[in-house]
Amino acid sequence: MAVLVFLDHESGVIRQASRSAVTAARALGEVHALVTGDAAVADAAARIDGVAKVLRAAGAATAHELAEPLAAVIADLAPAYSHIVAASGASGKNVLPRAAALLDVQPIPDVVSIVDADTFVRPIYAGSALATVKSSDAKKVLTVRASSFDPASAEGGAAPIEQVTVPDGPAVSAFVSIALSKSERPELESARVIVSGGRGMQNEENFKLLNPLADRLGAAIGASRAAVDAGFVPNDYQVGQTGKIVAPDLYIAVGISGAIQHLAGMKDSKVIVAINKDPEAPIFQVADYGLVGDLFEILPQVEAALDTAG
Amino acid sequence: MKVLVPVKRVIDFNIKPRVKADGTGVETAGVKMSMNPFDEIAVEEAVRLKEKGIATEVVAVSVGVQQAQDTLRTAMAMGADRAILVLTDVAVEPLAVAKVLKALVAKESPDLVLLGKQAIDDDMNATGQMLAGLLGWAQGTFASKIEIADGKATVTREIDGGLETLTLTLPAIVTADLRLNEPRYASLPNIMKARKKPLETIAPADLGVDVTPRLTIVSVAEPPARQQGIKVESAADLVARLRNEAKVI
Repeated sequence: MAVLVFLDHESGVIRQASRSAVTAARALGEVHALVTGDAAVADAAARIDGVAKVLRAAGAATAHELAEPLAAVIADLAPAYSHIVAASGASGKNVLPRAAALLDVQPIPDVVSIVDADTFVRPIYAGSALATVKSSDAKKVLTVRASSFDPASAEGGAAPIEQVTVPDGPAVSAFVSIALSKSERPELESARVIVSGGRGMQNEENFKLLNPLADRLGAAIGASRAAVDAGFVPNDYQVGQTGKIVAPDLYIAVGISGAIQHLAGMKDSKVIVAINKDPEAPIFQVADYGLVGDLFEILPQVEAALDTAG
Repeated sequence: MKVLVPVKRVIDFNIKPRVKADGTGVETAGVKMSMNPFDEIAVEEAVRLKEKGIATEVVAVSVGVQQAQDTLRTAMAMGADRAILVLTDVAVEPLAVAKVLKALVAKESPDLVLLGKQAIDDDMNATGQMLAGLLGWAQGTFASKIEIADGKATVTREIDGGLETLTLTLPAIVTADLRLNEPRYASLPNIMKARKKPLETIAPADLGVDVTPRLTIVSVAEPPARQQGIKVESAADLVARLRNEAKVI
């Protein structure tokens, strides 16, 4: 049986995390992709390597990826599929559990590894433990952690596109508005390098001191909950159990103590650097390279070192 | 209007959980338990709706073991009017909890069910969405702001790239994000008063719900440990090592 993968998009661009979901789904069977939005989104989905068919749910009802009509579409398509998969971003987490309830299935969120068609590994307790679970449901509904699967190539596929109809249902919710944080930087979840700031940055103005370093490294900027709660940066910068889960090649934590909830979001990074004035800060227990000292003195020194070394 | 607030008893967020030696789960015996932080936020929001004169009654609900009574007393000390404990020794999954809540919704007829967006133990982030699906109600997940007027809830949601605002026709389901509010501390007089508030205990079977888990835990293991790192002396040393040793810049 084939696997249905819901690909979410933002401003008409399919998220890289969704291409990671395609990779995960390919381990389970032939991949059919479900997309909403205009024809360009469906075309982009059709070009993803490994997608055998694209199902396009177009029209007003599915604009803005509202959970109510989308879950109904997924439940409608479900009889033809053994697994239903999405990336565990805000959209997948919103829609898939609702679809699972319509199918009387217990969903399996945040899968980091697929053992077999029924058995999956997922982190629990903010990543303090890894649970291997076996599902007895006839159909599996899962969201997958993007950082655990390489994204499928955006090019190379040539899948046919089919229209699917949205089942009739009462319009119980309506879209009002969206406010996206504007940034020239790479997306947090797909960045190769991330520079993250915490409470130690002290204020919104100081937080901007991370910009030159991030610019120099082509990095995305992240933050701890403390920095978000204090209003230094918007919420969507937050890395951690309740924010974004990232696993870049290089994660530089500046003025972040390293609470369990923050580590949950970044401890699978390839190389972790910690800059903190407290030598006892828990962040040093996971850091490959630690530098103890005042971040306001160290940051310019790091930039200077990067410049002199070319 | 009536607001139903499901709350869960979990290992306190400050505690680092320890995996049991036999790999069957996480050690909970003798470990400090508290109300799930996201549920505290949901209770706080419900109580604020009552203080604004929008909600008339706030009912806290928990599905779990006898000790979940303490969690419900905490919710009542924060301002919930009464509580219902659905007593079970089984480790209940979101699907089962959603079915129990659906049965309670049929009994209690709330206009709003306010949940936390996820429990910090199973990290599922599913119960609210599943309940909304089972009821056919609108859902406003990961809410950082809720306004209620004219039979509708206007909900601002935290999404990957920023914020999104939706209107939901009531009755509806809303799940709370961290940013929704700052929960209050229960004062001693309120803790005393909460002891006298009504707490009803029922069994899942009384609600006609089968709570048998669909997922079997094959094993629970520690995540792979990271290799011990080193402390470097200077920024220049750090940059040199990142370039030559780790080769990441």
